[in-house]
Amino acid sequence: MKPIIDVVISGWGSYIPIYRIPVEEIARIWGSSSDHFKKDLLIDEKSVAGLDEDVATISVEAAKNALSRAKINPKEIGAIFVGTETKPYAVKPTGTIVAEAIGASEKLLAADFEFACKAGTECLQCCIGLVGSNMIKYGMAIGADVAEGAPSDPLEYSAGSGGTAIIVASKNQEKEPVALLEGSVSFVTDTPDFWRRPKKDYPNHAEAFTGEPAYFRHVISATKLLMEELSLRTSDFKYVVFHQPNGKFPIRAARILGFKKEQIEPGLIVPYIGNLYSGSSLTGFSAILDIAKPGDRILLVSYGSGAGSDAFSFIVKDGILAKQNRAPKVMDYIKRKKIIDYALYCKFRGKI
Amino acid sequence: MRRVAVISYGMTKVDKHWNKSLRSLFGEAALNAINKVKNPKIDAIIVGNMCASDLSDQNNIGAIVADELGLTPITAYRVEAACGSGGAALLTGFSLVSSGVYNVVMVGGVEKLTDNIGKMTSFSLGKAADAEYELFYGATFASLNALLMNRYMYVYKTPREAFADFAVLMHKNGAKNPYAQLPFEINREIALNSEYIADPIRLYDCAPIGDGAAVIILCSLEEASKYTDSFVEIIGISGASDTINIASRDDLLSLKATVTAANNAYKMAKVTPKDIDVAEIHDTFTITAAISLEDLGFCERGKFDKFLYEGAFEPGGIVAINPSGGLKSRGHPVGATGVYQAAEITMQLLGEAGKMQIPNAEIGLTHNMGGVGSSVYVSIMKRVK
Repeated sequence: MKPIIDVVISGWGSYIPIYRIPVEEIARIWGSSSDHFKKDLLIDEKSVAGLDEDVATISVEAAKNALSRAKINPKEIGAIFVGTETKPYAVKPTGTIVAEAIGASEKLLAADFEFACKAGTECLQCCIGLVGSNMIKYGMAIGADVAEGAPSDPLEYSAGSGGTAIIVASKNQEKEPVALLEGSVSFVTDTPDFWRRPKKDYPNHAEAFTGEPAYFRHVISATKLLMEELSLRTSDFKYVVFHQPNGKFPIRAARILGFKKEQIEPGLIVPYIGNLYSGSSLTGFSAILDIAKPGDRILLVSYGSGAGSDAFSFIVKDGILAKQNRAPKVMDYIKRKKIIDYALYCKFRGKI
Repeated sequence: MRRVAVISYGMTKVDKHWNKSLRSLFGEAALNAINKVKNPKIDAIIVGNMCASDLSDQNNIGAIVADELGLTPITAYRVEAACGSGGAALLTGFSLVSSGVYNVVMVGGVEKLTDNIGKMTSFSLGKAADAEYELFYGATFASLNALLMNRYMYVYKTPREAFADFAVLMHKNGAKNPYAQLPFEINREIALNSEYIADPIRLYDCAPIGDGAAVIILCSLEEASKYTDSFVEIIGISGASDTINIASRDDLLSLKATVTAANNAYKMAKVTPKDIDVAEIHDTFTITAAISLEDLGFCERGKFDKFLYEGAFEPGGIVAINPSGGLKSRGHPVGATGVYQAAEITMQLLGEAGKMQIPNAEIGLTHNMGGVGSSVYVSIMKRVK
C-alpha cells in the first residue's frame, strides 16, 4: 500500500508513566521464580500507570510531545485516532478527549481503534490514507494502553503502560520532514491466540499458541510481503522494530528474517517497561526516531492478536535533527522511574 | 488361538499440530499404514485415546476415525486406559484377531493435547490418577511421580545426575528420529538446571505435551504374506493393573503391574529379558524409566544408574532402550503412545528404522503404562522375515 501523495512524519512523541514494578516483586507475591521472565523473556520491570493516569492522559501527554516536535497549529489536524484495548470508557471516544485537551479544531474526524496490540499502527495507516488522498492536512495516530494481566498469570509480569503519538503530513506541506513513508502492508487471519470478552477485567490467552501460529506467522509474513513489494533486503534497513510482547519474540523474529542484533537492539524497550500493547511497536519506533540520522531506513512491524501485523518502511529525512530535542525522548522516560511494591501496584491499578 | 502378525505401521510426527484435528491426524497415520501393504480389507478399528472428551469435546472416537477413512460400517471403537490406552488397544486388537472374530484389525492411537490451555490439559491428564483420593487433595501427575523419585534417591542413594543423564541419552536417541517432537540433543547441565515442575522433578525429567497419531495393522500370521513380504509376529502380550492410588501400595519402588504384565508376556513368548534386543519403554518421567527398567528385568533393583553408566541401555548394551527417544524426546501423545511404541518396534524388527536402527534386532518389547503404574501393557514382537 502506498498513498498517491507522498506522506511524511511531521512529529512524534511518547509518554511512559513514572512507576515501575520489577518482575522479582511480582514473583515474590506468587511464590514463583522471576528467572523465566528475566532470562528467557528478557523483562526486568514494567511501567505502571498511576492513580490518575489512563489511556486518555497517556495519549494527551504523547500528543503534546508530538506537537512540540511538529510545531504545527493543532487546529490544522484533520483526524485524531487512538488505538487501544484499554479505553477508559467502553462507549465514549478517547480521540475526542485528546482533541479537546490539545486544542484541536471541532472540524475533526476522531475515533478509537481496537485490534489487540496493533491498533496504534492501524491508526497510522488510516492517517496516512487520509493525508495521502489529500482529505486532511495533518493526521495524528496514537497507540496507547494501560495493559493488565490477570493476577499470577504470566502476562501480569509483562503488561505495561504507555503510548506514542505520530503526526503525519503530505511531503509537499511539511517543511521539516522527519521520515518519508515508502510503503505499508497488512497481513491478517482469524487466529484466536489472545482475547478479552465484554465485562471481563483480564484477557485470556492460548499460551504456546500465541507463538508460532500467531506472532511469528504474522510478523514474518507482513515483513516479507513489505520487503517483496518494495524490493528491499534486510541489509537495506538501519533499524527494525517489531511488536514487543517480551524480549524473546522480536529477537527471534529478527533472527529468522535475517536481521542483525544491531538493527533491532536500539528499538527494544520491553526489558525496561514491559509490553505497552497498542503502544509497544510505536514506542519502539519512537525510540528509534529519537536517535536516527537522515538517510536511515526504518522497518516498523506491529502485531495484534486475533491476529494481524502492519508493516511500514520509512526513510529518515533531514528535518529529524531539529526535532529530536524538542520533547522528552523515550529513554528519558525510561530513566525517569520510581520503583513500587505490589501493594501500591494493586492500589494504582484498582485491584484493591 | 491364532498367531498374530503386524503387517504395517504408520505415524505422524509428534508435535503441536495447530492445524490438524483428531480425525485428520488419525487419517494421516492410517493412510501411511494402509499404503504400505496390498489392499487389506480392514474388519475393525480399535483406537486408543485418553483426553478427547475433555480437550476436544469429542467421544465416540471409533466412529470418527472410521468415518474419516471411509470405512463405515465396520466395527470401530475407542479403548481408554489413560496413558496406557494405546497398549490396551493393541491387546484388544490382538485378541480380536487371535480369537478369529476378525481377520484384519487396525489398531491406532490418537491424541490432541494442544487444543486447550495448559491447566486444562494437566487436569485432564491428572485424571489418570485417583480423582477421589489423590486429585481432590491437589495431587498432580508430576507430584505423584516426584514422591517416587524422592523415595528412590533416598533408599538407593542414587545421584540426581543419573536421572538427568537418562534424559540426555533419550535426547541423543530422539535427535535421530524424524517423528520426534523434541529431536535435539541436550547435556547434563541443561537438564539439571531446567525449571522445577515438582521437586525433584525438573522440566527435562518430563515428557512433553504433544499431538500425534500412530497406527499398526494386525492380521493372522498365516495370512500375513497375502498383504506384505515383510512382517513381525506378536509372540507375547499381556496387561495388568494395580491400585490406582499410590498410597495403597506397600512399595513405591516397584510398579507391580509392570512386573506382572512383563512376566506374563515373557512366559507367553517363551523368552527372558536377556532375549530382548530393543525395547520402547514408558518413560513419562525419568523416575518412571528407572523403576520400569528394573521391573522389566533389564537391570538390578536400585542400580539403574550403574547400568546406565555401563552403557547397558545403549545399542550394543544389555538392551537398546528407546531408540525413538522415548516419551522424553519422541513425545507422549498419551493415548497414542502405546501404538507409537508398537510401530517403532515393528520398524526396528523390519530393519526400516533408518538412523534409529539397532543392528540385527530380532526381538523387541513395548511397555506402555496408564497412571502411576496402575494399568500396564507389555508386548513382545519377533521378526518373521
